[in-house]
Amino acid sequence: MKTIYITLLGVCLYLPGWLQAALTIEITQGVEGALPIAVVPFDTASNRNPPPQDVAGIIAADLARSGRFAPVPEQNLIAQPVETSQVRFQDWRTLGVENLVIGKVETVADNEYRIQFRLLDVLRGRQITGYSMPAKSGQLRYVAHRISDIIYEKLTGEPGAFATHIAYVISDSKNGKKEYQLQLADSDGYNPKTLLTSPQPLMSPSWSPDGRQLAYVSFEKKGRAAIFVQAIHTGKRQEIVSFAGINGAPSWSPDGRSMAVTLSRDGNPEIYSLRLSDKKLKRLTTGAAIDTEPVWSPDGESIVFTSDRGGSPQLYRMPAQGGRAQRITFEGNYNASADFSADGKSLALVHGQGGRYQIAVLDLDSGLLRVLTDGRLDESPSFAPNGSMIIYATETGHSGVLAAVSSDGRFRQQFSLSEGNVREPVWSPLVDRK
Amino acid sequence: MKFIQAVAVVLVFGWLAACSSTGDKKTADVAVVEDRSVEAGIDAASGDAMASAVGGYSDLTIESLTDPGSPLSQRVIYFEYDSSEVTEQDREFVSAHAVILAANPNLKVSIEGHGDERGSREYNIGLGEKRAQSVRRMMEFQGVLSSQMTTVSYGEEKSAVEGHDESAWSMNRRVELVYVAY
Repeated sequence: MKTIYITLLGVCLYLPGWLQAALTIEITQGVEGALPIAVVPFDTASNRNPPPQDVAGIIAADLARSGRFAPVPEQNLIAQPVETSQVRFQDWRTLGVENLVIGKVETVADNEYRIQFRLLDVLRGRQITGYSMPAKSGQLRYVAHRISDIIYEKLTGEPGAFATHIAYVISDSKNGKKEYQLQLADSDGYNPKTLLTSPQPLMSPSWSPDGRQLAYVSFEKKGRAAIFVQAIHTGKRQEIVSFAGINGAPSWSPDGRSMAVTLSRDGNPEIYSLRLSDKKLKRLTTGAAIDTEPVWSPDGESIVFTSDRGGSPQLYRMPAQGGRAQRITFEGNYNASADFSADGKSLALVHGQGGRYQIAVLDLDSGLLRVLTDGRLDESPSFAPNGSMIIYATETGHSGVLAAVSSDGRFRQQFSLSEGNVREPVWSPLVDRK
Repeated sequence: MKFIQAVAVVLVFGWLAACSSTGDKKTADVAVVEDRSVEAGIDAASGDAMASAVGGYSDLTIESLTDPGSPLSQRVIYFEYDSSEVTEQDREFVSAHAVILAANPNLKVSIEGHGDERGSREYNIGLGEKRAQSVRRMMEFQGVLSSQMTTVSYGEEKSAVEGHDESAWSMNRRVELVYVAY
């Protein structure tokens, strides 16, 4: 009775030809107390051609990756029910499983499927929720991530962030030539696609609040930096600013109308607010120090940035229209590269102390700083849009890789790429949730 | 004639005074840039005068740029961690470049700032820019035209040496002088 038919509007229409070596994820630090859940392989028996994706497998991997759930390994499943009537709840209780996910994938037309799933409460012996969702074969992974989002939200009370993307930069040497790529992948590292390739550095990707565009810095013009904005679906790009000196650190305002940027056009690295409709600039900082890495608070009222005005790089907060800045970090000799959590209550940042650079979270109310990672050269933290995880860049041996840590520091995982250095990950906002 | 005064001031107080006080940088910049646009015509002469005053660089010619034995063959200035101050030692050869540039107003140089990999990438862009500007400012005081110089910061994006230790980092905290037009 709870089966709701929904249509997925605005599903990313990925063009073919983008498939490349996927980022593979390895869980490097587990967590105790994760909720035991069983995700039973979805029934595909009715299909003449089996669907190209293992939907239940994707869901189980999502839930495990969150650190909040401990899916039962497939070989330990005691039964493979498809309908609620086939579930013997007492058997699952014996196994210690609290929740059960069952479902099926049916063909409705060529390359079109319907996925039905149910989330069951094993202790109470009843359904918590259930949906039926259509999907073209190219959308099966996305729909699986949406199902993971629904399960996560039902069981934790917080929105899931599985049906999201990460953007990042790869640098590689090919035949002795440097190559830089701006890439985009699903939040689990699958479906990577290259948005831009350049022989010159690419830097500082930043998502527009609607998740449709990325701003970034490119040095493609000889000897000069420029900030570009690129539409993800069409690939259309536009140069926003390219003054003499620095054109860096783009950050969108929450309403999407302005961008905070760092320019040195007036002689020193300063923060400016740039109105996108007419490119009107307003300078927000002054002084001889380096002021950079602006980020807007989610309410649009203030901007946090990095400045060495006190001698070493520290974070400061000022009104979004400029004005008096207050220092907000005091522990350690290096605090930089801030990213706001979506609720505006905390900042992820790079914290340097004793020659090591690690990812920390600053609670803005209490001023308490908590170091979450133990790397030597960790950088570029970016919150998941639901605040559950922070993705960042780290070094392993000789190459740069991405890693993610839960915002309480208890759970950690690593994204590896077969070749090249990966860095500057930025997690997309939560977009269209129809 | 303000330009001559500026040179005199530099000679009296030394390079250190001219380059280390961050608070005064901006006003000094503006004044010198304005002076030069008026008196560009006498640059060659003042360049020569300076060369002899600085000592040892009066025999530099444009050909010295391609002479491996010339002080101009050194094109990289190295910096301490989180610092944009040109060391005493490096001021010497930056002066040599300033002399040849001031004497040859058609010569153009790109001043490229870099940092090591530690810390955040955009802060390192800021640091590279400050390093490039330190060198630019020294050159301006020695009569190089603003129009002869461009600065760009690559932060940690273009390492000279790959590696995750001080031996690599010390080689990457640098400014490179790249002559773009002879």
